[in-house]
Amino acid sequence: MLAGFLQYLFAGLTSGAIYALAGLGFAIIYNASHVINFAQGEFIMIGGMAAATLAAAGMPLPLAAVAAVVVTMLVGMALEKLAIEPARDAGVVAIIIVTIGASIFLRGVAQLLWDKGFHSLPAFSGERPLAVLGATLMPQSLWVLGVSVAMIALIWWFFNRTVYGKAMLATSYNSVAAVLVGINAKRVLLVSFALSAMLGAVGGIVVTPITFTNTDAGIMLGLKGFAAAVLGGLGSGLGAVVGGLLVGIAEAFAAGYLSSAYKDAIAFVIILFVLMFLPTGLFGKKGVDRA
Amino acid sequence: MSRRAHNLGLAGLALVIAAAPLFFPNSYFYDVAVNALLLAVVCVGLNLLIGYGGQISLGHAGFYALGAYGSALLTGRLGVPPLAALVAAAAAVGTIAYLIGRPILRLKGHTLAMATLGVGIIIHIVLKTESGLTGGPDGLAVDPFTVMGVAVTGDRAWYWVAGAVLLAAVRLAGNLTDSPVGRALRAVHGSEIAAEVMGIDTARAKVQVFVVSAVFASVAGSLFAHKSGFITPDIGSFFRSVELVTMVVLGGMASTHGAVVGAVLLTILPQVLATFEEYEAMVLGAIMMATMIFLPKGLVPGIRLAARRWGAVR
Repeated sequence: MLAGFLQYLFAGLTSGAIYALAGLGFAIIYNASHVINFAQGEFIMIGGMAAATLAAAGMPLPLAAVAAVVVTMLVGMALEKLAIEPARDAGVVAIIIVTIGASIFLRGVAQLLWDKGFHSLPAFSGERPLAVLGATLMPQSLWVLGVSVAMIALIWWFFNRTVYGKAMLATSYNSVAAVLVGINAKRVLLVSFALSAMLGAVGGIVVTPITFTNTDAGIMLGLKGFAAAVLGGLGSGLGAVVGGLLVGIAEAFAAGYLSSAYKDAIAFVIILFVLMFLPTGLFGKKGVDRA
Repeated sequence: MSRRAHNLGLAGLALVIAAAPLFFPNSYFYDVAVNALLLAVVCVGLNLLIGYGGQISLGHAGFYALGAYGSALLTGRLGVPPLAALVAAAAAVGTIAYLIGRPILRLKGHTLAMATLGVGIIIHIVLKTESGLTGGPDGLAVDPFTVMGVAVTGDRAWYWVAGAVLLAAVRLAGNLTDSPVGRALRAVHGSEIAAEVMGIDTARAKVQVFVVSAVFASVAGSLFAHKSGFITPDIGSFFRSVELVTMVVLGGMASTHGAVVGAVLLTILPQVLATFEEYEAMVLGAIMMATMIFLPKGLVPGIRLAARRWGAVR
């Protein structure tokens, strides 16, 4: 009984950590520009696929991981420069459509570069499972959780302790005032895409040894990260992290105790529930505008 | 637009639909054309929501699939006459859209996009999973469409049915945009606050177009099911929903004819690209981005604007 409970909890926390990183990526870009970046999931896919390909080609794992993160960040920045910035004045609906287009485009390019098959990475520190109160825990799950905590701490430090991060926060509070005190709004947007791409890529790389990855892997991971961000309250970093873990855990328990076929539907049921009954999310700004 | 302009536009569209078969060398062309016409019906409805309501739906393929499966199951399992099944499915889909739209559209921002995304994906998953009812990923066979003992069979017959339905949809959409609801929505587009000050219930107007657009999708889905005789859950996938939005924005938001043009172009495109199937996703994504960057108003309004400018220069 307890063993089963723990087993589902471990599984939920592991996938929840990836949703948390993706959700944080949504929050950072949303704060910088009120854009919902539906291409977030493709960052996860590109990170995982690039690392798997480089490692398979013989590159040492740490080097392959770093190179994959850099590649993904370049893709994120190119996306912002070439597609988001030119459409800036066209309104939010237009930009949402641009990011969906970008997501399909990136997936299309990935399908040309890679095959449709699954790719994997070796586990970072062996495959021997640890026994915890009757449940088993894979060392890679600890890697996922540890790296996610480290990334979240890094992001927190960046936004609260560096002048660049503070400039980005200022832009999210009041973009006009931020421009007036000399903050470069275009650069803020560029950096936010680079950061989100980094978060996505890191998540994609650490989870690949567990779940494997293919060119379609980004769709669901990205949309569930979006559910995490909505649950936490769009634009709230803490909310995205908590939301991600909750979505992951809810999904794992639903799969374990209710029906594994409907595992993928849980995140979307949560989205509907939040929008209907808790439109600001768990940690969102209070006093949502009512039309 | 004036009534006269509407009638002219409708007559023009009728003429194009009547004349197009002159250029169809074989029944394969009819088959593609029927698909294009039915998707155009969905897009005319979706355009009301996107172009006039200022909201996007990322779940319209879900409503299309519900219409298709609703018709298939009601006629196949319960022996309901196809026309009655079509109406029942549309009523059910309209009710679902109302139940979603009513609470969600009271909120500002693009919450409808998020909610419909969720609904669309849930519908797709249910259709895939409940294989006892829907046949699961293997699909479901659908009875032919019979009205008073006469079955609509063959691509040619379906072409005329789909054409007539599209004309009716365009007519209805025109009436709606000229109705108080349509005028209210146009006022909302200008300034939501000003519209509210004038006493317009903006949320209600948005809910109405959302429901109408969902019903259009359901009817088109029902017809598609009977026409193709076999359906799979993939007609309701997230990708299909995105494709529908792309059709509308490519053709031109707030332009009914634009929606038709977008639907026709994007239905033909994969046929043309058939030999380059692996490029399909890339091309679709590139079209979405390029339209928004270079032609944010879409093809039809963009061309109209260019023509007017050219006329002015001359």
